[in-house]
Amino acid sequence: MADIIISIRNLVKIYKMGDLEVHALRGINLEIRNDDFVAIMGKSGSGKSTFMNILGCLDTPTKGEYFLDNVNVGSLNKDQLAHLRNKKIGFVFQSFNLLPRTSALENVELPLMYNTKVSAKEMKERALKALESVGLADRAYHYPNQLSGGEQQRVAIARALVNDPVVILADEPTGNLDTRTSVEVMTIFQELNQKGITVVIVTHEPDIAGFTKYNVIFRDGRIQKSVIVENQKNAREELNHLPVIAEEDAL
Amino acid sequence: MKLMNQLIAALRSLSKNKMRTILTMLGIIIGVGSVIAMLAIGQGSKESIQKTISSLGTNLLTIFPSASMYGGVRSEAGSSVRLTYEDYLAIGEQCPAVMYSTPMVRTSGQLIAGSQNWRTSVYGVTPDYFDIRELAIESGSVWGPVEDKAAAKVCVIGHTVSNYLFGEGADPIGQMVRVNKIPFKIIGLTAAKGQNAFGQDQDDMVIAPFSTVQQRMMTVNYINSIMVSAKTEKMIPEATDEITQLLRIRHKLGPSEDNDFTIRSQSDIASTAASTSRVLTILLASIASISLLVGGIGIMNIMLVSVTERTREIGIRMGVGARGRDVLMQFLIEALMISLMGGIIGIFLGILASDIIAGVMSWPVSISIESILLSFLFSTAIGIFFGWYPARKAARLNPIDALRYE
Ligand SMILES: Nc1ncnc2c1ncn2[C@@H]1O[C@H](COP(=O)(O)OP(=O)(O)OP(=O)(O)O)[C@@H](O)[C@H]1O
Ligand SMILES: [Mg+2]
Repeated sequence: MADIIISIRNLVKIYKMGDLEVHALRGINLEIRNDDFVAIMGKSGSGKSTFMNILGCLDTPTKGEYFLDNVNVGSLNKDQLAHLRNKKIGFVFQSFNLLPRTSALENVELPLMYNTKVSAKEMKERALKALESVGLADRAYHYPNQLSGGEQQRVAIARALVNDPVVILADEPTGNLDTRTSVEVMTIFQELNQKGITVVIVTHEPDIAGFTKYNVIFRDGRIQKSVIVENQKNAREELNHLPVIAEEDAL
Repeated sequence: MKLMNQLIAALRSLSKNKMRTILTMLGIIIGVGSVIAMLAIGQGSKESIQKTISSLGTNLLTIFPSASMYGGVRSEAGSSVRLTYEDYLAIGEQCPAVMYSTPMVRTSGQLIAGSQNWRTSVYGVTPDYFDIRELAIESGSVWGPVEDKAAAKVCVIGHTVSNYLFGEGADPIGQMVRVNKIPFKIIGLTAAKGQNAFGQDQDDMVIAPFSTVQQRMMTVNYINSIMVSAKTEKMIPEATDEITQLLRIRHKLGPSEDNDFTIRSQSDIASTAASTSRVLTILLASIASISLLVGGIGIMNIMLVSVTERTREIGIRMGVGARGRDVLMQFLIEALMISLMGGIIGIFLGILASDIIAGVMSWPVSISIESILLSFLFSTAIGIFFGWYPARKAARLNPIDALRYE
C-alpha cells in the first residue's frame, strides 16, 4: 500500500491586481500517492501552472491546506520552504530556467550548493551521475546556449533529480520540444517513477498524458475529473518505434 | 549555504559576467583614481607654496608705506610717500633685533644687449638684500659700499635674463647691458632658483645698487619698501615692535593716529598663501568628488540595469533551495570583490597618474592617506550598496515572482 505524499484540501488562489481579483484556483482537493505518475490537463488559463507553483512551494496559496510528505507546508516560514524545495522537490520549468553562461554541470550542481552536507567533491560526482542518468554525461561542460532545447530540458531534469527529491514537478516539460524529444523526456520521467519517485507533470498533449498513470483535468480553477490511464504507454518502446528522422520526414 | 560555496558562487558569477564586472569596476577605478590624483595635486601645491615661503627666509620683514589719515580722509595705499632712505638708516642703527636691512626701489626696465632685448623688473637694493633673500651668486660678485655710494652703473642678473640677452649658457660677466638706455656693466649672476609656487620666475630680474636705480633710473627721492631680517625667527615680534616705535617717532604720529606704514612678516604672507592654496584644494576636491559621484552613478547604473537578469537568477537559485540570506550573502560577496579589486586598481592608477602629472607637467604632487581612504571607502560603499540593494529586493519576492520578473 503506497503512502500519500501530497494531500491538498480546499486550495484557493486569488491573484489581486489592483481592484481586479483573478480566482485562479477555486477549491482544489487532491491526494497523490508516492508511486503515482500524474498528468494535469485542462484548457489554458484553467489554473494548472498556478497549482504546480504552489505544489512546488514557489508560491503560496490564498487559502487551503497542503501537506507534503506529512509536513504542513502552510505552517512553514520562507527559509523552511527553501529547505523543503531543496530537499524534497525537483521542479522542471517549461522554459528550462537554466543559469546562462553556466555549464550544464554547474547548473546541475546548483541545488547541492545549498545543501550544507555535501562536499565539493561529492557535489561534482552527484551532478555528473545525474547528467549521466539523463544521457548527457558528455555534455557536462557545455553551456545552455550550446545545447538543443531537449538537451537543456534534460539538464533541467538532472538538476531536479540531483538532490534525490521525493517528488518531481514539471510544468509543460515538453511544451517547447518536438515529438521525439518529448518522448525521450517522458522516458526519463517514467524511469524515475519506476524507481519510486512521484512525478507530476502538466501537459496539453493527450499523447504525452498517455505515458502517465492517471490524468487530472482542470477547468476554471476546479478539478473537473480524474481519469485512470487504461493502457499506460511505455515511452522507451515508443521511442524505438519512432524513426530518428521523423520530423524531417514530416516536412 | 557554506561560506565556501558562497565564495564559489560569487566567483563563478563574476567570471561569467565579465563585461558587467569590468564596467562596475571601471566606475570604482575612475572614482578612486581621480580623487587620489586631484587631491595629490592640491596637497602638493600647498606644500610647495609653504616651502617657497619658508625658503624666502622666515625671519624676513617687509615695511611698506600705507594709507594714512588726513582729517578723516584715507588716501590711496602708498600714495603718501612716507618711507625714506633716512628711515632705513635709522632702522639699521637703532633696532638691535634687526640683522640685515636694505631699502628697495623697483621699476621695470627695457634691456638691450647687442641685438637682443628683454623687459624685466629692476630692483635697487644694498648688498644686504642678497643675505636677506638668501640669494647665492653663481659667478662674478656683488657690488660693495663704494659702488653703492657712487651710484655705480653695475648690476647682478638672473639666469633667465642672461639666457635671453646672451644665449643659453653664455657667461654674462663683464658684458654691458643698456637698461632704459643707461649702460650697466654686469658683475654677477645669481644661482638659478626656478619658479616659485606662485609661478613667478625667480631668475627673471636685474638687481642693481639702490642709489643707481633710485637716482639715475627713477630720479625720485622716495623708497618703495624696506626689507629687514630679524636676528632669529623668534625675534620677529621684537624687531616689529622696535621698527614700529622708531617709525612712529620719526613720522611724528600722535597716539591717536594710525601707522602710516605696514610691517609684513613672512608668516603673514604664508598664511595668505595657505588660504589661497586652500581654495585650490577645495576646488580640486570638488572636481574629485564629482568624478567620484559620476563613478558612483556608473556603478549604480550597471547594477540596476542587470537587475532583470539577476532577478531571474535569484528566482532560479531560490527555486532550487536558496534562502533569502544565501542569495544576499552571495551578492554581497560579489559586490565586495568587485569593489575591493576596483578600489585597489584605482589606488594604483591614482598614484601612477599623480606620478605622471608630477613628471610631465612638473607639478608638485603629494598623495595623502586620507584621500586614499576617503575615495576607497566611498566607492566601495556605493559598489556594495548598489550590488546588494536590488538583490535584497529580489530575495524578498516569492521565487515564482522573481522568476517571472521582467
Ligand atoms: N501572476 C499572476 N497575476 C495575475 N493573474 C495571474 C497570474 N498568474 C496567472 N494568473 C491568472 O490565473 C489564471 C490561471 O493561470 P495559469 O497560469 O495557472 O493557467 P494555466 O492553466 O497554466 O494556463 P496555460 O495552459 O496557458 O499555461 C489565468 O486566468 C491567469 O490569467
Ligand atoms: Mg501554464
